[in-house]
Parts: sequence; structure tokens; C-alpha cells
Amino acid sequence: MARVGIIGIGHGVFGRRSDATVQELAFEAFRAAMEDAGIEKDDLDASVIGSVPEYHKQRSLPGVVQEYLGLVPKPTWLTEVACASGSAAIRTAWMSIKAGIHDIVAVIGCQKMTELTTPEILALMGRVGEVQWESVFGTTFPAYYAMFARRHMHEFGTTHDQMLQVAIKNHFYGAKNSCALFQKEITMEKALESEEVATPFHVYDCCANADGAACVILAKEDRAKKISKKPVWLDGMGCATASMSVLRRPNLVGLPSAEEAARVAYEMAGVGPKDIKVAQVHDCFTIAEIMAYEDLGFCKKGEGGKLIEERQTYIEGKIPVNVDGGLKAKGHPIGATGVSLTYEITKQLRGEAGERQVKGADIGLTHNVGGIGQYCFVQVLRRS
Amino acid sequence: MFKWFGLVNFAPFTKVTDFAQHLKDGHLKGSRCKKCGATSFPPRADCEVCMSGDFEFFEMSGKGTVHTYTKIVAAPTGFEGVSPYIVGVVDLEEGGRALAWFGETIQEEEIEIGMEIQMVPQIFEELEDIKVYYSLEKPGTTWAVTDSAR
Repeated sequence: MARVGIIGIGHGVFGRRSDATVQELAFEAFRAAMEDAGIEKDDLDASVIGSVPEYHKQRSLPGVVQEYLGLVPKPTWLTEVACASGSAAIRTAWMSIKAGIHDIVAVIGCQKMTELTTPEILALMGRVGEVQWESVFGTTFPAYYAMFARRHMHEFGTTHDQMLQVAIKNHFYGAKNSCALFQKEITMEKALESEEVATPFHVYDCCANADGAACVILAKEDRAKKISKKPVWLDGMGCATASMSVLRRPNLVGLPSAEEAARVAYEMAGVGPKDIKVAQVHDCFTIAEIMAYEDLGFCKKGEGGKLIEERQTYIEGKIPVNVDGGLKAKGHPIGATGVSLTYEITKQLRGEAGERQVKGADIGLTHNVGGIGQYCFVQVLRRS
Repeated sequence: MFKWFGLVNFAPFTKVTDFAQHLKDGHLKGSRCKKCGATSFPPRADCEVCMSGDFEFFEMSGKGTVHTYTKIVAAPTGFEGVSPYIVGVVDLEEGGRALAWFGETIQEEEIEIGMEIQMVPQIFEELEDIKVYYSLEKPGTTWAVTDSAR
């Protein structure tokens, strides 16, 4: 069956974007991706929007984005699976091309979050936990990952120090990314000084809410080869779920959805964890990146803390992870994040990541988690 | 009256609505599928094993052990007045898990994974509206029980 290639990518600046509406943010990323692809709007068959509707005053976001991008009357639709909405959008675009329905599809992940207050966002995000039996106790998004962290520490001896080393690494690379919300390095002292959020987490264990957009344009194999000099191929597309409630999970030291999505993606691409040269994982919290190392098979279960301590996920290490700053330093505009992960791996595989380039990167991986692991999307991408 | 359950309730209408009445009367109830016998806590009306919608409540001891926990400092809307608070996930003796606040009988420094707890039905006394919940307390903690209405 024909492959699906990425022919254009665009990324706006993530942050508190009080200068722009959500459709204006979408336009920035879309324009950049169209220029990158070197195609005209008439070449597009459809658009897919990855976004989480609750954060916007505008109801039914695809309509306003489609109009603002000038894509009416082409088809558009929204995908929503919490923080994995962007990867879900890429998946449905990929599906529509695989099915032979469309040839070229633009995927836009976009989100405006900072119009809400932090307690409002905590309440909204907390309700990605199960509301009937959990949210009634005032659970928050950080609290769930904090409970994963506590259990991980208990079972494997992982330390909070190791977790903060993830934050230090990601800020180190975020300082070299002009699209990142936080473009500065941090120290262990500074991280520990920051306020407690949900023990053992301090502010620096958590990614920040942000506004932003990213765009990738996908094309059927023959079109991709004609249009693009260096298409990047979506060769492994894994997607899986885990129970909504943490009370019904087999364990609280990893994400079963991530393990399963990774298994599917590796199998489809015919590769394994050792073949991955660079990865973008969903580090919404420091422990989330450590669990991702394990769930994706970059190390054995329980050895994720050691992997970061040994600096194996830096560019010089065994498996560079989040060398664009990750969610931690870039900020997490939830609908845009999944597309941002694919954007970065595409840059890496094209050899266009500048001072953050992983040498010889030919196979890359993205890992995008929705909610507290209810959804996970894993992509294996190839240069040739 | 499931709207009684929780300081802020997000799902007032449910097929397991009597759970809150039982809790108010001092009873912790799980659900059991009448067809295949599968049990669940939290209770559920529809059996995910055999698909039957026919269930009954059964009494749970409330005994369990701490699986994990966190102290929530940054609270969401509606919970600012009670923060900081410590929530735990506990493995229950009869199967299933619960998420709940640690109560007054356990100090923060004492909490550790694997410790035994007693889950205890509670009513917010200071509120005009009826609001019930359960808390995690020291083993041996007792509470008032009235004969269940149903």
C-alpha cells in the first residue's frame, strides 16, 4: 500500500499569545507549512484540526479556522483526545490518504489556553480524570502524575532528583529553540526552590499551559515524491487506549496505552526501539518522560531514572529525547503539541535542526499522550 | 441521590444513585453483577465482563492498603477552601480501588505506600446541603451506622 509522506511543516511561537486569536495562531503555522511544501491552497484536499474545544470561547473550532485559512469549501473536521488531539488529527489525515479518499491533507494543531485562569485550567484538566469517583476529591492533572511518580519511586527507587534532571535537560535544549515558551536554562537549585504543586512535584516538574499552533502537510507517496525533495515518511502509526480511571489500571508506574501504541508502531514500521535515533516524547511532567523511556523500550522498566542520570537522552547519548525542549520548555498548547512533536522529528530527519541536530538521524519516533494516559499515539518516521 | 456524593459533584444522575444514600447511612457498597458475579469498586451498573445490566450492591469492609498518594497544593476551582489536601489511591480488600482524602486520624508524616487504612463514610457536617464522601483513616476507626433503607 502507498506510503504517506510529510511534505511541509510549520511552527508558531508557543507562549502567552495575547496578541492573537486561535485562528490567527493557526494561520502562522499553516502559512509556514505551505511555504515549506511549496504548494498552493488548491492542491489541498482537506484539513484536519487537532484541538480541545473546552478552552475556547468559539464553539466548533474547525469552521472558524477553515474560513480564516481560506480553505472553504474543502472538507475539515476536528479530532479530540485531550492532549493527544494533534496526533489524532495526523492519524485521521493519514487514514484518509491511506483509504484513497484524499491525496494531500493539511493538519493543524492549535490551542489558546491562557484566556482562562490557572484554577479554571486545573479544574478542566483535572476532569480528564474520571469525574464520578475521582474529581469529587479535587484531583488535578499534576496530582495524577504525582501519584505515578510516588509509586515509581516506591517500586524502582527513582528519585525526585532524577525527575528534575529531565526538566534541566529539556530547558537546556529549550534555550536553543526560538519557538519555545521558556528559552533559558535552569539549575537544580532553582527547580527545587519553585513552589510545590502536588507532592513530590514542584512547578519545575510541570509543563506550562500555553497558546500556539503547528502544522504538517501530508501527501500520498507519488505526490509526496513529486512535490518534496526530502519527504519524511509516516511508516509506523500506533494508537491505543487505557482505562479512563486510574482505579482500573493494571499498574500506576507506566502507561499501558503507550506500551501498546509503541508495539503497534514498531511492528508496522518493522523496527525496534534500538533503531530509533531521535525521539520526541510527551513530557507533560518530569516523571512522564521517565515512564516514556520505559514504555517505549529505550530502557528496561524501572531504569528510566538511571537513563536520564547517565545523560543518555542528551544529543550525545544513546537515545536523544526532546532535544527541542519538550513540552517542559516549549509549553503545552494541548491541541498543538502532537503536531509539534511530528514537526520536530521531521526537521531532525531532514537534517535541518541546526545546533540541536542529532547526527545521522534517519529513523525517529513521536509519543503523544492524551490525558493521564487514556490515549497514546506513537509514530515511527523515516527519512528514506 | 448521587448529587450528595462529593464536595463538588459532576455526575448527579447515575444508575448507581443509591450508593450515596448507603454512604449517608454509613455503608460502603460495591456492585456485583447478578448474572456472572463480577464485582466492582467503584460500583458500576453494567457488567463489562458479561454485558448484563442487572446488578446488586454488596457491603464492603472498607479495609485496604495505600497504593500511592499526593498532597495537592494547587487546587482546582471549587476546592480552594479545603487545600492543601492529601489524596490516596487504595487497593481494597474485596477488590477494586478507591481514590479518597486522608482523614484526621492519619498525619501527613505517617503516610506511606503499603500502609493499611480503613475507608470511612463521612458527611460534611458544616454544610447546609447534604454532602457525603469517604475518607482514609487508621485501621480500627469506627463510625455511625444506620440500617440501610434499601
